[in-house]
Amino acid sequence: MTAPPQQKGHFGRFGGRFVPEALVGALDELEAAYREAKQDPAFQARFADLLTNYAGTPSLLYDAERLSAAVGAKILLKREDLNHTGAHKVRNVLGQALLAQRMGKRRVIAETGAGQHGVASATAAALLDLECVVYMGEVDTERQALNVARMRMLGATVVPVTTGSRTLKDALNDALRDWVASVDTTHYLLGTAAGPHPFPEIVRDFVGGIGIEAREQILARTGALPDAVAACVGGGSNAIGIFHAFVPDEGVRLFGFEAGGDGVETGRHAASITGGSSGVLHGARTYVLQDDDGQTVDSHSISAGLDYPGVGPEHAWLHDTGRATYEPVTDAEAMAAFQLLCRTEGIIPAIESAHALAGAARIAPRLRAELGREPVIVVNLSGRGDKDVHTAGAYFGVLDEREEIVMGEQE
Amino acid sequence: MSIADVFGKAKAENRSVLVGCMPAGFPTVEGSIASMLAMADAGCDVIEVELPYSDPVMDGPVIQRASDIALAAGVRTRDTLRIIEAVASRGVPVVLMTYWNPIEKYGVDAFARDLAAAGATGMITPDLIPDEAGEWIAAADKHRIDKTFLVSPSSTDERLAMTVGQCRGFVYATALMGVTGARTAVSRQAPDLVARIRRADPDMPVGVGLGVGNGAQAAEVAAFADGVIVGSALIRCVLEAPDQAEGERKLRALSAELAEGVRNRP
Ligand SMILES: Cc1ncc(COP(=O)(O)O)c(C=O)c1O
Repeated sequence: MTAPPQQKGHFGRFGGRFVPEALVGALDELEAAYREAKQDPAFQARFADLLTNYAGTPSLLYDAERLSAAVGAKILLKREDLNHTGAHKVRNVLGQALLAQRMGKRRVIAETGAGQHGVASATAAALLDLECVVYMGEVDTERQALNVARMRMLGATVVPVTTGSRTLKDALNDALRDWVASVDTTHYLLGTAAGPHPFPEIVRDFVGGIGIEAREQILARTGALPDAVAACVGGGSNAIGIFHAFVPDEGVRLFGFEAGGDGVETGRHAASITGGSSGVLHGARTYVLQDDDGQTVDSHSISAGLDYPGVGPEHAWLHDTGRATYEPVTDAEAMAAFQLLCRTEGIIPAIESAHALAGAARIAPRLRAELGREPVIVVNLSGRGDKDVHTAGAYFGVLDEREEIVMGEQE
Repeated sequence: MSIADVFGKAKAENRSVLVGCMPAGFPTVEGSIASMLAMADAGCDVIEVELPYSDPVMDGPVIQRASDIALAAGVRTRDTLRIIEAVASRGVPVVLMTYWNPIEKYGVDAFARDLAAAGATGMITPDLIPDEAGEWIAAADKHRIDKTFLVSPSSTDERLAMTVGQCRGFVYATALMGVTGARTAVSRQAPDLVARIRRADPDMPVGVGLGVGNGAQAAEVAAFADGVIVGSALIRCVLEAPDQAEGERKLRALSAELAEGVRNRP
């Protein structure tokens, strides 16, 4: 299987550039700068240095024995939660911020849902002395006040977005509107492996270290490749980041777990591949949650980071070709897995990542039956759960009323 | 009347064509039809019907709000076709402006067919560049719908020539790097962009949009463009009016002012 995208940034029938002509110049400039940077040993060395000495990668591949016993499979966790800023996203923002610097752009803009990508962007901007503006839906600024404070402490400007549904997709719209007017001086630091070409490819490559490391680590550890790799899928960056190195390994099954919310059948979910249809959103053809008229439908998930009505085009393609399998995981399943990891391993995962854990637990018996032995599954633990403690505390009712109020005030 | 005839007639009169925009179904289906007819009656040569879309990335706050209102009121793609039919059947030239996904969802060929049947002469595609438009170009050619793609100050000469080469009817020149919305001054980049388009194709009519809000600005743009496209300023007349009657009164007044502007080449 050749590594897409092929010409014009298409993954089969997906991807491409469905953007105003005004952005084409900037996308071409970005692509050219990226192709050069990819060949430039100085750029690669700087990126590698920041990843190692600033972000704390390679992240560990941890043999989660008590979790493994509980789910009936050997589970290895790729500990992206231990990275600086607490998630895989730091890899992408460092790469893109270096690219912005290379293009001579002194300002970066970003969209954010829960605030994780916004915080990561603000972090990279502080490190590289770039001006940073983060667009965030007004609803999300209220739900995630702590992250708004973090971004401001890091020197970023947070712009609450008051149009449309006032959530992530609208923040993305406003970031694109800003970019149309500011392309000369500004790089759009897109937060996931979605959007118009070349973003899906660039983001995939910057986070691709996850899979490259995991593959080396498991070969060194067990002498064999895993039976399956599992990740949660929002826009798709952590999933494509861990999948990519394994795509040529045909014996390795790839599983992406989308946010099933209340259940795909209820219509309240964020499962674009399993519960949506082919369409165009935010610059690319991909799977989209939409109504009969092609209007985007609001997504729902307990996890803000997965609460997005689209998905990166390479996942749409991996789904169509059958190379990867996508399934929805409900809020309830994810929260059960969240609790299981806390209790068996002493690790509080991001609720996003808990979707991958729940999915791994679901496929374990299936794989065991198929293989006739204990399966080996690498799960991308894409982030840590500090940001989710309030949501989880409320969900599990572990706080009494007074504590709830204090927590609410803190957030 | 075909768009070519509209531009031909204006040229003979040594003036620009005035294109006035209004979202379909804003604030209601009937209201939008009445608004469009009032605009045409007061001097808009062409009505640009905009199909409301949930994620209009090329649009500023006014069109975003009007689209949200139309969608919240439940407007459907088939209502947009009905509105086009109602306006076109009165002899008003109509073009549709639409983001791409609703067309893809409807079925590209079926949409071109139904758009032609409704009486529209062409379609403007703000987020569809010719590079991705193979299916649309085939359908539009088959059903004789004019194709208007956008060019921008940031377009290279090469892209500009390629894009203009794919247009039929007129090309839409976005006057500045930004989204829709009236501005206090006409963009300095616009005359240069139009000159570059003319070098690529001296015969393709050029409509200039983004930022024009009053008669004086319309006159300024009319000095170098074949068409002046006005959206947000007109839509605001309805958005800010207490009722439809007052909105239409303001629409007529502004349309008349703009129509005078496009005849007032400095
Ligand atoms: C920890 C974590 N995992 C996953 C995601 C989902 O994004 P993606 O699908 O791009 O990895 C997010 C997004 O905020 C996140 O914070």
